[in-house]
Order: sequence, then C-alpha cells, then structure tokens
Amino acid sequence: MTKLLLLGDEAIAQAAIDAGLSGMYAYPGTPSTEIMEYIQSSNEASVRNIHREWSSNEKTAMEAALGMSYAGKRAMVAMKHVGLNVASDCFINSAITGVNGGMVVVSADDPSMHSSQNEQDSRFYGKFAMVPCFEPSNQQEAYDMIFDAFEASEKYKIPVLLRITTRLAHSRSSVILKRTIPEKKLCLPEDPLQYILLPAIARKKYKTLLATYEAIKFDIRISKYNSFKDGRKRDLGIIACGIAYNYLLENIEDIVDDIPILKISSYPFHKDLIKDIAHRCKEILILEEGYPVVEEGIRGILDDGINIYGRLDGTVPRDGELNPAIVAKALGLPVNCGRDIPALVKMRPPSFCKGCGHADMFTSLAEAVKPFGAGRVFSDIGCYTLGAMPPYNAISSCVDMGASITMAIGAADAGLFPSIAVIGDSTFTHSGMTGMLDAVIKNSPITILISDNSTTGMTGGQKSQATGRIEQICKGIGVESEHLKIIIPLHKNHDENVRIMREEFEYKGVSVIISSRECIQTAKRRKSSETSND
Amino acid sequence: MKNDIILSGVGGQGILSIASVIGLAAVENNIFLKQAEVHGMSQRGGDVQSHLRLSDKNIYSDLIPLGKADLIISMEPMESLRYLPWLSKSGWLVTNSNPFVNINGYPPVDEIIAEINKIKNHIIIDADTIAKEAGSSRSGNIVILGAASPFINIPFASLEDAVRKLFGRKGEEIVELNLKALKAGRNFSAQ
Repeated sequence: MTKLLLLGDEAIAQAAIDAGLSGMYAYPGTPSTEIMEYIQSSNEASVRNIHREWSSNEKTAMEAALGMSYAGKRAMVAMKHVGLNVASDCFINSAITGVNGGMVVVSADDPSMHSSQNEQDSRFYGKFAMVPCFEPSNQQEAYDMIFDAFEASEKYKIPVLLRITTRLAHSRSSVILKRTIPEKKLCLPEDPLQYILLPAIARKKYKTLLATYEAIKFDIRISKYNSFKDGRKRDLGIIACGIAYNYLLENIEDIVDDIPILKISSYPFHKDLIKDIAHRCKEILILEEGYPVVEEGIRGILDDGINIYGRLDGTVPRDGELNPAIVAKALGLPVNCGRDIPALVKMRPPSFCKGCGHADMFTSLAEAVKPFGAGRVFSDIGCYTLGAMPPYNAISSCVDMGASITMAIGAADAGLFPSIAVIGDSTFTHSGMTGMLDAVIKNSPITILISDNSTTGMTGGQKSQATGRIEQICKGIGVESEHLKIIIPLHKNHDENVRIMREEFEYKGVSVIISSRECIQTAKRRKSSETSND
Repeated sequence: MKNDIILSGVGGQGILSIASVIGLAAVENNIFLKQAEVHGMSQRGGDVQSHLRLSDKNIYSDLIPLGKADLIISMEPMESLRYLPWLSKSGWLVTNSNPFVNINGYPPVDEIIAEINKIKNHIIIDADTIAKEAGSSRSGNIVILGAASPFINIPFASLEDAVRKLFGRKGEEIVELNLKALKAGRNFSAQ
C-alpha cells in the first residue's frame, strides 16, 4: 500500500496518472496550477511520456483534451473557475458530442476570491452542460473520484466535471493509492458522425444527452458519493455538500449520532435523497461551499411547511467561503474566539517583488501618462494588476484575460485619447492577440504596452507561450514596425522610457511598446539552478 | 493527541519549509495530518499563513477553528499577532523578533513586542542572528521550528530525520547546517 502526503491538486494529478491518463492539458490559474505542475514533475508521467505541456489558454486546452479523447485515450484538462468561462464554448458542446476516451474536466473554484476576480460556482456549469459533477470533500475522495470519473465518462460517453475549491486544492493530507490502470490504445470513435455538430446531428445528440443526464443519477460510480446517515434526533437534518461536510463534522463530531446528515458529493443526484431526509426532519440546514446551488433546487416557490436554512435566508452568509466558525454559528453552537487582533497590526497586501520589472515599467508609465490625465490605462490579469496599488495607482481596470486591449479600443471609439492597454506576455498570448487584430484592422488610436517578464508570473513562474515570439506576433498581426518599440524597464532607462511612451501615446494609430525584462523570481531560480549544475 | 499549529509570515519567508519538515515527521510517526497553505497572489510580499493540524484521530476541517490553535509559529513578529483569534488560552506563540518591513506605517517594534508579552506563553527569538551563528543566514525558519519543537507532539529525533530528508538533495553540508539551526532553536527554548 502506497501512501503519499498530497495537496488536493496533487491527489487529482496522481489519480489521473494512476488511472491511465495519456494527456494533461491546462493553463495556469490559482488554485488549479499544481495539477499540471505535479504531472510535469512526475517520473511516471515522464517515463510514459504522458502529454503534459501548458496550453495557450483554457479553451485551447479543453479542445486538445477533447481531441485526445476523440482518439480513444484518457485526457484531463484543469483550470481555475474563470478559466472555465474561457473554455465554456468547447465544454458545453463536448457534452453534446460526447467523448470516446474518458475525459475529466477539473475546475478549481476560489470562494472568497483569494486570487480571483469572482467566486462563481462551477457546479452551475455542470448543470448547464448537463454533465456529471463530482465535488470531493477531502484529498482521498478526490483521488478516488478520478477513477470513477474516467469510468463513468467512458460508459456514458460524456465528459465529467470535478469541482474543487481553494481549501481542498491547497491543503495537504495523506492519500492511499490504487493499482495503476494501463493507458488506452489509439481508437477512433465508432460513429463517424459523433463529433459533427451539424444541426440535424446535434438535435439527435442533444436528445441522447438529455436521456444520459437522467440515467447517470442511478449509476453507482456517481451515486455512491452521496450518502445518508440517520440520527437519533429528528429536529434538524443537515445537507452538507463537498468540503462543507468537513466543517460540519469538525463541529458536531461528539454529537454526530444525534443528527441525520445527507452528504452530497456528486451531481445530479436523485430527488428521493432529499425527500427522505425532509420527511424525517422538521427543519433542514444546507451547507455548501459557493453558491446556494442545492438550496435553490430544494426551496420551492410554494414552501410546504418544512423550514429550510442556508445561504438564502442568511443563516449562512450569502458570499465567501465557509469555515468552522461560520458553520458553528449556523448550527447555533458557540465560537470560542481567542484574543482580538491588536489594533496596531497593519494590513500587508501583496506587492511587487523587490527589483520587479513591472514596477519600473509602472514608475515610467505613471510619469508618462501624467500630462494626459488619469483614467486611461486599462490593465489585465497578472502580477502587473498590482499596479493598482500605491504608490503607482496606475491602472483603471482589471476585468478578464485580454480585456485591457479591447476595453482600450472601446474607450478610444468613444473618444478617449490616448487610450492605453497594459497586458502581460502570457495574458497576451492567452487572449490578447485577437483584440490586437481588431485594433490593427480599424487602426484604433491606442497604445498597447506589453509588460513581458518571459513567464506566467502570478501563478509561480510557468512557461509563457509568448517567450521569444511577441515581436513576431505583433508584426504578423499587422502592427507597423515604426510603432513597435522595445524598452528595458530599468531605473537607468527611466527618462528614455518615459519619452518613448509619450511619443507613442501621441500616435493616432496602433502602437505597441514591449517592456521586456525577466521576472526576478524566475531569474533567481534559473541562476541558482545554473550554479548548482556547475 | 491533537496539535493545531498556525504558521505565519510574509510570502517568501519559508513557512512552507517548516510545514514540510513537520509533515514528513508526522507521516513517519503515523500521525494524521492536514495542512492548508496559501498559494497565489498573497505570496507576492503579502501576509501568508498555513494551518497545520496533527492528530491521532481522523481530522475533518482543513482549517483550524477559532480559539483552538495550540501553537503559532511565526517568521515575523507583527504577523504572529494577526492570528491571535485562533490561539487557545493555553496555546504558545513562538515568533522571530526581526520585523519584515515592506509596508508604510509598520508599527514600532517595541509596541509589537509589548503586545506579544501580553500572551502568557510566548517565546521571542532572534532567529536571524542565531541562524547566522549556526552558519547559515537562510536557516532562520528552521531555527524557529527548533524553538517551537518542545510544543509539537512529535519526537525531536523525528524532526531531525525530516530535516535530513527534506534537505538531503542539497547535499550533506546543507543538511548539517539545518540540523545545527534546528538544535540551536531548540536550545534557546530550553533555556
């Protein structure tokens, strides 16, 4: 028996390797990044040569995974919750095409927005696409579920979603491994029309999907993760979903025999599960991490007498992640908080690393933009979003991957001049290139500042698809050579960089400034590995 | 046995290495363990913490409930105070005395020390100096782990084994330096 101490993310990765994975696809995003990283550093994955390269974005990753599945092999694709928005076009349609080799989609939600722009709940996507969705409560369950997810995926020819949240993704616990399953052989789909979503075919396939979504409720691979445990007292019954189950047990371990508990860790579930607990109890409390997905499904417009407590009535806060204290309060249990935080303790928000090239770039940008007035720098997702913090206060937006360029276009269309976009190198190849093409085609009077640190920095320094290619890409899209400038963001170049920026801001067409200096963190790591190799 | 530990500091100070040593030692001793870490944005110079839970029974929550932590191990004095709502009345606070100042308005150090002195069970240790004396200025985190080790329900020898395992790849010299740092921290607390 092999037992490993693994992060939730790593347990998922190890499970996929053990379950006969042939291809892993992903774009980095907290809290999902460690899934791909684990497979990239796995000896087993390297020996088997499991595909394990980063993709340009979540959509290209999802499509490549679907392609591997088409060819009969097991594929997994992982992303953070907002990445599933990017990949959703393929995701929703992959439920209709169905799969050939097993396909598992991992979406890591970030309730309380530790490193995100929103706290959307991926279980909605499971329902929206009508695919099975697993929601593990601990690392071992996450590991075990991957095996069932691949099997169910192949049996019902449907992609399977695994939804985790930050606390599970980034919490370590011991996991017992199963026996390894061999990889599948290359094998094309039996039905040559399966993946051709012409309307006539899609209509038929959609009917199949509707039937499958009903049938899977009864499949043991999925239903076994939902369990009901009766209690001696019948006043309050509790429905706990995914990781909420842990916070519940943490609070009621001593009185667990008293309370009827329905644990939900897979969807869709049969409605009799809910009816059973409702018939036994006078009141129901629903604990779920994320949106009130189950609660909304249970609450009728015409309530039939039973009291339901959850996020919608304020028993549990409507937003933010759960924790033991929130669940204790919802249960009416006391919380024995320690001492208050002394008043002198100051906030310590994240900030640029000492010597960061983004910081030098923003110092120059802040000065360059001053004569034109504030409110004209649109930024994007990455370390450089920290340009919003003092002393820079240099950006006016951070919305979604790539939105810097396209929002700058829209503002320019409205008459804002100059209108400036600041985007990182990896974000540029993720979703910035198409926006740049829009700008070039209509000759938008905007300046695009690509802050190139040759890595995907915020998530810890993963390979950037843009490295060594940005200039060529810009020229290929049609940016004029005279207005494609490269600067090095160093203090000694400040005056020169300010001058170049101002010059390009004044230009009434598309200008691009590539501000290029390696991330200080990856540079440090590279240098230390170079010395240790000597 | 239950040992709920909060590790705190600023991104990049090496609290995850402390967690790794305790984690390796716990696994060797067949102790149940859960350890929640902070990855992502906060690691860029922000405050970071890790909830480390050890028990002889199954552990449910990945997060330590308020008022239930037995120990706070902090790489930074102000950061040690941020987690007082988690510290139980009988819990210990072990912290580095050296501030990490990367924000405006960082409070005067003597005021921070005065707040720490209000906690009944506390140890303030100049881990940076002790680490330097032990031969490696980068081992401050291991010094602090040594200082906190009397309050962790794991035999000291297991922590030493875990240090050997964790740093083994970096060569015998690094292992020895870290073992020395661990011991130096332990000796400080024993005084």
